[in-house]
Amino acid sequence: MTLKDLKPGSEGRVVSIGDKGPARRRIMEMGVTPGTSVKVIKVAPLGDPIEVNIRGYELSLRKEEAMRIVVE
Amino acid sequence: MSYTIALAGNPNCGKTTLFNELTGSRQHVGNWPGVTVDKKEGTYKKNKEINMLDLPGTYSLSPYSAEEIVARDYIVKEKPDAVINIVDGTSIERNLYLTLQVLETGIPTVVAMNMMDEVENRGDKIDCQKLSQILRVPVVPIVARTGKGLDELMKAAHKTASGAQPSNQLLIFGDDIEQAIEEIKEHLTEGTPGDRQWTAIKLLEGDEVIAKTLKPAQSGTIQDIVERMDSKCNGDTEAAIADQRYQYIGQLVKKTVRKAQSGYVETRSDKLDKILTNRVLALPIFAAVMYLLFAATFSENFLFIPGLPSPGVWLAGIVESAWGALTGLVEGGLTAINASDWALGLVLSCMDGIGAVAGFLPLVLVLFLLLSFLEDSGYMARVAFVMDRIFRHFGLSGRSFIPLLMGFGCSVPALMASRTLENDKDRKITMMITPFMSCGAKLPIYLMFAVTLFVNSNQTMIVFGIYMIGLLAAVASAFILGKLLKGGQVSNFIMELPAYRIPTLKSVLIHAWEKVKGFAVKAGTVIFGSTVLIWLLSSFNFSGMCEMEDSFLASMGNAIKFIFIPLGFADWRASVGVVTGWIAKENIVATFGQLFGGVSDEVIEAVSAGEEALPAITSVFTPAAAWAYMTFNLLCMPCFAAVGAIKREMGSWKWTLRAVGYQMLTAYVVAFVVYHLFGLFY
Repeated sequence: MTLKDLKPGSEGRVVSIGDKGPARRRIMEMGVTPGTSVKVIKVAPLGDPIEVNIRGYELSLRKEEAMRIVVE
Repeated sequence: MSYTIALAGNPNCGKTTLFNELTGSRQHVGNWPGVTVDKKEGTYKKNKEINMLDLPGTYSLSPYSAEEIVARDYIVKEKPDAVINIVDGTSIERNLYLTLQVLETGIPTVVAMNMMDEVENRGDKIDCQKLSQILRVPVVPIVARTGKGLDELMKAAHKTASGAQPSNQLLIFGDDIEQAIEEIKEHLTEGTPGDRQWTAIKLLEGDEVIAKTLKPAQSGTIQDIVERMDSKCNGDTEAAIADQRYQYIGQLVKKTVRKAQSGYVETRSDKLDKILTNRVLALPIFAAVMYLLFAATFSENFLFIPGLPSPGVWLAGIVESAWGALTGLVEGGLTAINASDWALGLVLSCMDGIGAVAGFLPLVLVLFLLLSFLEDSGYMARVAFVMDRIFRHFGLSGRSFIPLLMGFGCSVPALMASRTLENDKDRKITMMITPFMSCGAKLPIYLMFAVTLFVNSNQTMIVFGIYMIGLLAAVASAFILGKLLKGGQVSNFIMELPAYRIPTLKSVLIHAWEKVKGFAVKAGTVIFGSTVLIWLLSSFNFSGMCEMEDSFLASMGNAIKFIFIPLGFADWRASVGVVTGWIAKENIVATFGQLFGGVSDEVIEAVSAGEEALPAITSVFTPAAAWAYMTFNLLCMPCFAAVGAIKREMGSWKWTLRAVGYQMLTAYVVAFVVYHLFGLFY
C-alpha cells in the first residue's frame, strides 16, 4: 500500500520512495527514508494535498507524490 | 583581524531571528548576483570586527532551488571563516541532515541548538555536550527569540573562526560508500581535503552541477566508480547516502536526546492547526483573514463601518495631505520669487512624482507588516496548503494566491509579495499576470465610461465584466506561460508546515521595513524618472512651453494613434490617455478631463458621484470601442511604480521587458477581440 491510501490518524512505516528524480531527492532529504514511521495528520479541505507527521515535524505533499511512497 | 561568519540552517529554524539579534540594526539587504535571493549582511553588534552573513534557509546542500545553490556555493567556494549552523531543537533529526552536510565541507562550524525553551517545555532533553563530543564541533544551546546563550555562541564562533583547525571527518557512511569516496578523492587534486571529501560525496550523489566541473581526464574513471557504486546500491547511491545519513542521525539522536513521550505528540500548534485547517472551517477562516488583510490596507470603510478608514488608508491620507501642504508651500515660495513657468512646472511635477511614491508607502508598510506577521507565524504555509488544489489546475502552486489577491488592491505590494514563492517559474508567471487583477486605480476609468456611455445599462455589471476579463486573461496566461516558459523543476508541493509561533515584534518590523525600503528606493527612481519625462513631453514642443494639445505628447499621440485603429479608438487623446496612465492609471481620467474640454477635478468628482461626466467622449468612443479601451488599459503595461516593482523582483531588465511585452501583447489581442465581439451586440 502507499502513503496515499493511509487514512488520517493512521501510521505506517516507509518501505520505498518512488523513482529517481529531484522530487524524490527532496522527499528523502526531508526525512522520508525507508524504515521511518509516518503518521497521516489530515487531508487539505479541498481533498489534496495531505499533511503527515514525520521525525517530529509536519510535512505536506500532494497525493500524486504520496502515491509513490510505499508504506506498511 | 576581521572574520566572516555565515549563518546556515533550515527554513523556519529561527535563523533570521538570530541574525537580527546578533546584528541589531546594523544590517544590509542586497541581492545575490544573478538571482532574486536576498543577501543579508551585517556586523556583530558587540564586535564590529565580525561580519555576519545570513544565508538563505535550506534543507540540504543539493542543488534543488536557487536558495540552496546560493547557500552551498557560498559555503564551498567563498569559504567563510566559520559557519554557525542553527538547528531547531524541536525537529532535530531533519535539521541535523543539513548539519552533516555542512560538516562534510570541512569549514569550521559551530552548531547553535535553537528553541531550547520549547524543547524544555515539552519535557525533552538534548545533551549538547555529548553531541559536541560526537560531532567534534562546539554545540551551544540558545533561545534566539530571547537572546539566551548568544554570547556563548559568539564566543565559540569567534574561537572556531580564529582557530582555523579543520574539523575531522565523521564516519557517517557504510564501508562500501566510504571506500568509493576515498577512491574518488584519489582522482581529485584541487582544493582542501574538505573540498575533496565534499566533491566526492556530491559526485556519488549524482550531482550534475559538480560533475560538470570535472576535467575530461578525471570524469571517465570517476564515472566508472560512481556506476560501480550505483550497481551495488540497487542503482541508487543517492538514496543510499541519504538513508545512511539519516541512520547516522538516528543513532546520534538516540545517544543525545531524551524525549518525555515517544511517538507522535500533539503540540499546541497541532491543536491550533486542527481548527485553522479544519475541513469545514479552513476556507471561511481563510476568507476572513484575507478580508482583514485586504481591508486593513485598502478599505475606506474598515470593518464595514462607513467612513472609517483602515490603518493603511488613514496613514496614506496623512502622508498625502502632508505632501500636498509641502507642495503648496513650495509652489507659494517659487511664485513669490517669480520663478519661471517651466521651473515651477518641473519642480511641481517632480513633487507629484515623489508624492505618488510616498502615497504608496503607507499601504505597502501596513500590508507588509501584516504579511510578515502571517508569514513569520506559519499561517502562510497553511494558506498554500489549502489553496494548492485550485491553483494546480493553472500550473501554479497555492502560494500564488496571496499576490494575485492583493493585485485587486495595488499591484506594487502584490508584486513584492510574489517573493514568497519558492519556485522561480511560478514566481515569474505570477508577476506577469498579477497586473491583470484590476487594481484600485483603474476603477475610475471604468466608472467614467460607465456613467457616460452606458447610461442605460447596469453599470455594476459593466465594471464587474471588466474585472472578469482581467481574471480570465490571468487564468489563460498562467496556463499559456506555464507551457511556454522553460526551466524550473516540475512543480510539486513538498513543503514543511512549520509550527505556529507568535513572531517577535522586532522581526516583523525588520521584515516589513526591508521591503518598504527596497520599494521606496528602486520603484522610486523609476517613477521619478518617468514622471519627469512625461512632464517634459506634455509641456513642451519645439517652440518652447505650451498647452498639452500642442505638446510633443500630443504629436506622439497623433503619430501612434493608427496602432489603435483595429481596436476602435484611433484618437490622439485616447492614445495620450494610455501614455499618462503609465504614470498612474487614475491619470487617465484626469487627462480625459483636460483633453475633452472638462475641468479635471470636476470630472473626477462627477465620476465618483456616478453622474454623466464627459459628454464629449461619446463623439470619439462607440460603446464597443469603450470596452476595448477599458480592456486595453486594464491589461497593458501597469503604472511605472508597478514596472519598478517588477524590475526589482525579477532582478533583470530582460525579464521585466518580457513581462511588459507580454502584457502589451495580451492587451492588444484581448482588446481587439473585445472590440469586434462587442461590436456585434451594440
